[in-house]
Amino acid sequence: MNIHEYQAKQLFKDYQIPVPEGKQVTKPDQAELVARALGGEGWVVKAQVHAGGRGKVGGVKLANSLKEVKEFSASLLGQRLVTQQTGAEGLPINSLLIEKIYPIKRELYLSLIVDRSSQRVMFIASAAGGMDIETVAHDTPEQIISVPIHPAAGLQGYQCRKVGFALGLKGAQLHELEKLMGGLYQLFLAKDASQIEINPLIETDSGELLALDAKINFDDNALALHPDIAAMQDPEQEDPKENEAQQFGLNYITLSGNIGCMVNGAGLAMATMDLVKLKGGLPANFLDVGGGTTVEKVSEAFKLILSDPEVKAVLVNIFGGIVQCDVIAQGILAAVEQVHVTVPVVVRLEGTHAEQGRELLAKSGVNIVAADDLEHAAEQVVALAKGR
Amino acid sequence: MSILINKHTKVICQGFTGKQGSFHSRQALEYGTQLVGGVTPGRGHEVHLGLPVFDTVADAVNSTGATASVIYVPPFYAADAILEAVDAGITLIVCITEGIPILHMLRVKAAMADTGALLIGPNCPGIITPGECKIGIMPGNIHLPGSIGIVSRSGTLTYESVDQTTKQGLGQSTCVGIGGDPIHGMNFIDVLSRFQADEQTKGIVMVGEIGGVEEEEAAEYIKCHVTKPVVAYIAGQTAPPGKRMGHAGAIVTGGKGTAAGKVAALKAAGIEVVNSPTDIGVAMKGCL
Repeated sequence: MNIHEYQAKQLFKDYQIPVPEGKQVTKPDQAELVARALGGEGWVVKAQVHAGGRGKVGGVKLANSLKEVKEFSASLLGQRLVTQQTGAEGLPINSLLIEKIYPIKRELYLSLIVDRSSQRVMFIASAAGGMDIETVAHDTPEQIISVPIHPAAGLQGYQCRKVGFALGLKGAQLHELEKLMGGLYQLFLAKDASQIEINPLIETDSGELLALDAKINFDDNALALHPDIAAMQDPEQEDPKENEAQQFGLNYITLSGNIGCMVNGAGLAMATMDLVKLKGGLPANFLDVGGGTTVEKVSEAFKLILSDPEVKAVLVNIFGGIVQCDVIAQGILAAVEQVHVTVPVVVRLEGTHAEQGRELLAKSGVNIVAADDLEHAAEQVVALAKGR
Repeated sequence: MSILINKHTKVICQGFTGKQGSFHSRQALEYGTQLVGGVTPGRGHEVHLGLPVFDTVADAVNSTGATASVIYVPPFYAADAILEAVDAGITLIVCITEGIPILHMLRVKAAMADTGALLIGPNCPGIITPGECKIGIMPGNIHLPGSIGIVSRSGTLTYESVDQTTKQGLGQSTCVGIGGDPIHGMNFIDVLSRFQADEQTKGIVMVGEIGGVEEEEAAEYIKCHVTKPVVAYIAGQTAPPGKRMGHAGAIVTGGKGTAAGKVAALKAAGIEVVNSPTDIGVAMKGCL
């Protein structure tokens, strides 16, 4: 799960990680008031959306007067921001973060992730901050330092000093960094984060360290343990279909093609999408109905797929293990009764109760193409989507 | 021979009296697995499915001599269950549970280091040696005792591979689902090395997916250490970057873990990679 920058910075404050002075607002008047209260001669107005790359597309503006703060705020609020990380539709700007401007001496990079290879929580740091870290990793890997932390020993002072020296910090800054890294590590563990990224972490003209940006992702599997974090979810920043799917316990991801896919199992769902592509079609979605599914869940999944106006044909691919094929068939028939199905549906059922499932579909009189193997099913659905 | 389990393997079930535990224990017994009891704290001395229930894994091990355990407890209790099994001296732990927080697994793996216990999963279908022992949620009837070792990160793609190798008349020596989580127990190499050493196994099917670098590491291992034919398939070629495709571990981040990268690494190691998941069985037969 993602949260907004202003929420991440509040969590940073709770863990004594230094952030710029600022406040989240939802109205231009409020923005002006906040800027006035912050004082100084310059402010930054930052659009709060769940996507990176905001600065490049006008989502982060520097204001030199209170009038500008208000103007910029009015121009951003209520708009949708399109960045390289959002789709073409962009994400709604429902709130802004107004912050004081600080004189920047250097921009650094610091993040904390779960590293799959070492199976450790790991700090990643670089003196080349403010840039896309993946580009830095690719072009100049020697500018990146990684420090894995043993879960029993925890973060040690030498590890912080190692990062500090690599970042070119001196004297009191090293102590400041140790406190900052300690706070980040505590926050990561306490809230079951999956990634915390500060890009850039700035060194001000006076030598202070400050988290100019803040991005936190949380482990979805642990969300039920942290109601305070779960409450920060902003459904308006997510795909509406993916939200709906979540409510029914379905794994759904919107894609750009026109062939709807309903599959059991994440691996088989990916493989089905790949096969559709291999046969010359494009999948409209990823959808895993999961194990131990019910008639109701299958029916909701089917309706969800059909609610996409781009969908020209549907492929249902089930290898029944725990999932019984007759349950899938009943779910499809239940959905067909409730919504008018105008697109062709190709169904491949294999495994547990496959015969019963096929029989149910055949007897129903519904226009469904029964395929007995996956390859033909994919070929048929691609042809049908092309109107052949 | 097979790898890791056979008809003599004595198995207990943690989460025995729950809905999932009961359902799959019944299936395992029908398949002929030597399931010798189960654990549900507070319900020791009861009898369930005709088998003894114990309060602790240690009690179960002492009374039954079990060496393997299968875990069906809910996600927030799974780390506890795995470490209890390790503490009781269980040498093969199969964790089916999906949805365990990643930091729980990180601590479990660190605590398991140097104990000698093996973990399969979590978030996996389990392990089966056809005709002898089934530990997990896979449908038993599609399997056939035979010569192909199957190792996979995905449950349903394991079933596809099983079904195809059965239809080709090849059958399976042992099938291991290593699970779809980013931090998990046995990896591809742990299983591949055992298939290489196993006389019954004549060919290997390896099914990977996007995310992480275990397929790339396996490719390097196969190049140096595996002489048996390997057919590989990688799922997720059409998966968009930054999106988690159902499995917690199936995500392309920062250009790393792509299907294309994995396919290239496997091909560079001389491994036959099929483009379509429907070609696994035919390709395996062609290699033998």
